Amino acid sequence: MTATETTAGGARTGTKVMTLIEAITDALRTEMKNDDRVVVFGEDVGKKGGVFGATAGLQQEFGEQRCFDTPLSECGIVGAAVGMAVYGMRPVAEIQFLDFIYPAFDQIVSEAAKMRYRSGGEYTCPLVIRSPYGGGIRGGHYHSQSSEAYFCHTPGLKVVIPSTPADAKGLLIASIRDEDPVMFLEPKRIYRHGKGEVPLGEHVVPLGKAAIARAGTDCTVLCYGAMVPVCLDAATTAAQQGRSVEVVDLRTLVPLDEATVLESVKKTGRCVVVYEAPKTCGYGAELSAILAEKCIEWLEGPIVRVAGFDTPFPYTLEHLYMPDQKRVLAGIDKTFVW
Amino acid sequence: MSTELLTIIAEDGKASKGKDPGLPDEQLRELYRLMVWTRLLDERGLALQRQGRIGFYLQSTGQEASHLGAASALLDSDWLFPAYRQPGVLLLRGVALDKIVCEWFGNDGDTSKGRQMPVHYSFREANFVSISSPIGTQLTHAAGAGMAARIRGDDTVFMSFCGDGGTSSNDFHTGLNFAGVYKAPVVFVCENNGWAISVPQSQQTASETMAIKAAAYGMPGVRVDGNDVLAVHRACKEAVDRARKGQGPTLIETVTYRMASHSSSDDAARYRDAQEYEAWKKKDPIARFQLYLRTRKLWTEAFEQECQEGGKQAIGDAVKAAEARSNLPPATMFDDVFMNLTPQLKEQRQQLLDLVEQGGVGADVGHFPL
Repeated sequence: MTATETTAGGARTGTKVMTLIEAITDALRTEMKNDDRVVVFGEDVGKKGGVFGATAGLQQEFGEQRCFDTPLSECGIVGAAVGMAVYGMRPVAEIQFLDFIYPAFDQIVSEAAKMRYRSGGEYTCPLVIRSPYGGGIRGGHYHSQSSEAYFCHTPGLKVVIPSTPADAKGLLIASIRDEDPVMFLEPKRIYRHGKGEVPLGEHVVPLGKAAIARAGTDCTVLCYGAMVPVCLDAATTAAQQGRSVEVVDLRTLVPLDEATVLESVKKTGRCVVVYEAPKTCGYGAELSAILAEKCIEWLEGPIVRVAGFDTPFPYTLEHLYMPDQKRVLAGIDKTFVW
Repeated sequence: MSTELLTIIAEDGKASKGKDPGLPDEQLRELYRLMVWTRLLDERGLALQRQGRIGFYLQSTGQEASHLGAASALLDSDWLFPAYRQPGVLLLRGVALDKIVCEWFGNDGDTSKGRQMPVHYSFREANFVSISSPIGTQLTHAAGAGMAARIRGDDTVFMSFCGDGGTSSNDFHTGLNFAGVYKAPVVFVCENNGWAISVPQSQQTASETMAIKAAAYGMPGVRVDGNDVLAVHRACKEAVDRARKGQGPTLIETVTYRMASHSSSDDAARYRDAQEYEAWKKKDPIARFQLYLRTRKLWTEAFEQECQEGGKQAIGDAVKAAEARSNLPPATMFDDVFMNLTPQLKEQRQQLLDLVEQGGVGADVGHFPL
């Protein structure tokens, strides 16, 4: 890691080059220092520091009361987090893999998501559930799923997926400070891929704001998480072929930054929606529907989805299941057929 | 203790020597009044449902001693993560009848803003956390809140309720396991009323009792006569004291009976033996406590009259006041999904309001007020 640090008025400023997962640890550390209501827990997050190392060093630094291991029960991790949040804490619960979250589904959907609404605003549930998601790590179908759509379909949950180290830190801090439950899904495939400059100390990226990851004029690619670098690579190749592709990194799926999405698609007149989840009823289906409803008259070609297939996540054929540069480029081509 | 049954008030109304918790006379009389009012509230709630004035009702008749005996062992600063058969707790904690009854109607006086079916109360003023319909989920919340209290270093105790059916839920296992591991200051009260809708206890578990399940989670399990308010109070008081001293959670099984059907939508006569019902009717918790008060010379006809008539009057007034209130305005549908409306919710709200303004929307669906 390299760092450029300056001191301004006692506060740490400047940036440090980090991986995405280091940025997540940095966000947790920042908020644990900042707010003693923040507690971090889950399976193996304490002494071990998480199976991916997201909580490395936090127990040593903040003690066993603030960062601790739990029994092996996702239902218990989330249910306890709900009770803590209702009682006034800011729990950050880790679900080791998103594939293991289903025992907690009732607690997420029936309890966390509905607490504010069903109590008329008397009780709230400001918790964060962090969980690594997605394929490309040879994890088979129990370590690779991209099941964000279930949560996007549940009113009362915010759903956040970063794609860069700086966003991972800024969005996680914003999620912890949010007054509502947030599903913070981490693209584990790029936990350690690219490094990036991450602001030190205080760094907040507001929820509900997409980012233009690459500007372009001919076609918009909507994507998030681990698909962002894939789409950026595709955009680079497309540029060599004479097509200017704009890549929009959604960053927050709920609430969606519809304004940025519509502005981009109206500008380019073409759109490819890329997601690694199974195609049917995936988040990209919702994006396609929004485009069809709100900007069909600006479109110069069909809305194209490039997604995972409607199969359980395959193990040895993973490389063919995951949307890659070639499939994204083929998708871009399709928007030019009319 | 987990297989024996703790009873204090004998059939003749006398308390077993050395077991009476020794509550002050005024508290005993107040507990009795609360039990009577809870029963009256139940009778009126069901009647309103039968008359088509409210949409649904869940009775707790027969379980007044069970939940009031339990909750009366807490301090007002302690928290409850309830199920749906503990309405007496609201009266115990001084929640106004007006507010309770408004919840049945889901009108603009309902603190939950008409978001839930009747009897799914939420009263922050009473540290009574919002009730949900899924079974058992609140048990894990109580464990988590107890963990939080330990982290914060405060001395709040948490009480969470479930029924016999609830012991089969994921969260019963999970919640008790977490509470046990973290020594959370929680008292789990399983009101074993014999029936989970139409499924009897014998088909719910192969365990000899519910209380013995506590052993698996490293906590004491206590089995108590749920129709004996003093026995429940005593067992819960010991559990609350243990919890407050940092000695961890307890599971209390209150053996009682669901005298009514599961809900206003159910008819227990279709699956339950009338003889069983008659046998339990003789063990009525209010009659039993009255007998105790009589032997202690704390009960008079005038007091009974005061409890009965005072309760009916107060509940009647609350119903009148509730029925005079308005339905909630359409825009409130979108409030409290999140702290702030998202752009999508703002857009959808506007779409609905435009339709409402045009008129006719929703005319094909039965609607409130009933």
